[in-house]
Amino acid sequence: MLALILRFALRNPLRHRLRSLLTLAGLTIAILAFGLLGTVVSAWYAGANAASDKRLVTRNAISLTFPMPLAYAERIRAIEGVTDVSWENWFGGVYKEPSNFFPQMAVEPTSFFRLVPEFRVKPEEMQNFLRERRGAIAGRKLAARFGWKIGDLIPIKGTIFAGDYEFILCGIYEGARSSTDEGQFFLRWDYLNERTRQLFPGRSDSVGIYLIGIADARDAAVVAQRVDRSFANSLAETLTETEKAFQLSFVAMTGTIVNAIRIVSWVIILIIMAVMANTMAMAARERTAEYATLKALGFRPGTVAALVYAESFALCAAAATAGILLTGPAARAIGSRLDNLFPVFQVAPETILMQIAAAALIACVAAALPARQAMRVKIVEGLRQAG
Amino acid sequence: MKRIPLHYIWRNLASRRLTTALTAGGMALVVFVFTAVLMLDAGLRATMVSTGSPDNVLVIRSGSGTEIQSSIDADQLGVLESLPHVALGADGQLMAARECVVLYSLVKKQTGVPTNVTIRGSTQTGLALRPQVQLVAGRMFRPGANEIIVGASLAKSFAGVEVGQTLAFARREWQIVGVFDAGQTAFNSEMWGDVEQLRQAFRRSLHSSLIFRLDDIRNFDAVKTLIASDRRLTVEIKPETQFYADQSKVLAGFISILGLTLSVIFSAGAIIGAMITMYAAVANRTAEIGTLRAIGFSRGNILVAFLLESLLLSLLGGLTGLAAASLLQSLSVSTMNWQTFSELAFAFRLTPGIALSALLFSLAMGLIGGVLPAWRAARLNIVSSLRSA
Repeated sequence: MLALILRFALRNPLRHRLRSLLTLAGLTIAILAFGLLGTVVSAWYAGANAASDKRLVTRNAISLTFPMPLAYAERIRAIEGVTDVSWENWFGGVYKEPSNFFPQMAVEPTSFFRLVPEFRVKPEEMQNFLRERRGAIAGRKLAARFGWKIGDLIPIKGTIFAGDYEFILCGIYEGARSSTDEGQFFLRWDYLNERTRQLFPGRSDSVGIYLIGIADARDAAVVAQRVDRSFANSLAETLTETEKAFQLSFVAMTGTIVNAIRIVSWVIILIIMAVMANTMAMAARERTAEYATLKALGFRPGTVAALVYAESFALCAAAATAGILLTGPAARAIGSRLDNLFPVFQVAPETILMQIAAAALIACVAAALPARQAMRVKIVEGLRQAG
Repeated sequence: MKRIPLHYIWRNLASRRLTTALTAGGMALVVFVFTAVLMLDAGLRATMVSTGSPDNVLVIRSGSGTEIQSSIDADQLGVLESLPHVALGADGQLMAARECVVLYSLVKKQTGVPTNVTIRGSTQTGLALRPQVQLVAGRMFRPGANEIIVGASLAKSFAGVEVGQTLAFARREWQIVGVFDAGQTAFNSEMWGDVEQLRQAFRRSLHSSLIFRLDDIRNFDAVKTLIASDRRLTVEIKPETQFYADQSKVLAGFISILGLTLSVIFSAGAIIGAMITMYAAVANRTAEIGTLRAIGFSRGNILVAFLLESLLLSLLGGLTGLAAASLLQSLSVSTMNWQTFSELAFAFRLTPGIALSALLFSLAMGLIGGVLPAWRAARLNIVSSLRSA
């Protein structure tokens, strides 16, 4: 019985090769597009997902664009539960062209890489970076994007810190995991501060964000409160949150766009559902006489419906396989072109699960109406059509 | 021989309602997405363009790109204000305003997440330079007071900014005294206050930007040359309209690239849907086609009839999608502008050009999807197709 349904399910699509081929193509494109859009959404969250739960981020409570005094570093270090402190400033310069955008951070050189071990720098390169005041460390992907080699001079024009800067590439970091962002650029905070002191004396010794290491992730909320309380009612009140929450606040700011992409990725499933339902309706209409014959032979209506469902699932399974297999290469091709927007562009396992679920959903919905009609076929009327 | 009547074509679509509805429905969704993206893009551009006034020019520190990153010292401001071609007001004062722009985190009602909004410190002249800023509730901020007025879009989507409430930042309490509506402009997503109060509170020794009106916009190039040749000045000058258009370039580019890529992928699905439907229509009507040919209609007539059927189908989808998209006009979108790092609200905007391109887009889908099936219909052999009856 089951074997019969399966055989029908596999043979029926072959009867209308052109139509099945077109439907398959449409389904494959839809599953592929659905997967790619899912990958775009997860790329948005890449920063938040890569965040360590043993790090807190402290920023000025007014907004991220306001600095905090350098003196906070020692006060934070003395707070109970804090194991390490580092600080950084968003540099935001332009390398040759504004379209060459990549994140540039001025970091406190020793503590930063201690606190963020997922950025792996070779010991000898690290030593060079600590020795060279104009030194910089770039991510592997970033260095590949511009063809930088260690020892290269990298000219960057400051926008927030006005002036022409020239950095010496001392090291190239690699991510500990494949999902680690390898597109960032780090320069030395002490060097930037020295230049700032010469040019804009009022703006020196100021810090964009503090990165705080904590011993136990469960203490995050308590330590964050302690930090904020110790700077309450000061000139620069602080807002401390986990690194993940900090990253998520960036996602939330562009949340409208993420939601739009989510909605649109379901729209394509709707579109292809309509196409698939159409194909199944046509197939069922043509086979009315066959369904009547099967019923006349004594098969129950449920079996007839199962035939329709099996055909729908066979088509969707084939398309889902093709679509999912194509998603990986397509994501790599797109990812390499969107390097500057999405440093991490990988197909997540959840995305593939969603693709499978979407394909199953399409198969069910597309078969529902034709299956009901097939079940209800009156034997006499159906056979009359067979002529 | 005459053409095959349109009536015949229309009846064919009407006779298989489910198939027609499913195919047109798929196309309608594609056209909806296509139109929505174009409307969003148009809304964003319209908002940024109408933010600036044609006679105003904006000066920021060169290389800074945005007002937030810019800072200009008092010496340079003095030089700039004494340039020729700066317009004078009715009572002889300079039509120029030194402004201070900072970002502040406010909690968005919908998400409950702190989001960056722009606070602009300005002056009476600054308000006079932007006639589109109109009070709709409460009163204007008084010079020298810790008072704030908020834009209408901001007042709608953020918590804690109703008239009468106070905001505590920079160690002061700021009273919200009014709401202003600046129409579809970036100002509508800002808060405004007195420049000197804000500058002192935020401890900004420098101003962010200078805005002034030119006596005649045709003198822009002359003023630009003067500024470029003055070695005391490290600033750049832009017409206000262009400044704001540049501010949304990245966001607009992202929206249009994403939208067009999606439209292309989606339309592939819809074209395939149309093809399936039209091939089935041809297969079901083989005998009919044979009859039509036998009574004297030419291959060309058949080709045109099936193409028209496909075009009609896609037009149906296009009109449905367009109608659905036009409902979006009452919605507005609020998101972060990457370049200014602050919140910006803009509406979907339907223009005749967009409606036309949406319909053309749907017809193109119908044409591509219908041409192969119509070709097959036209090439059917009369005798064998009549036999299939």
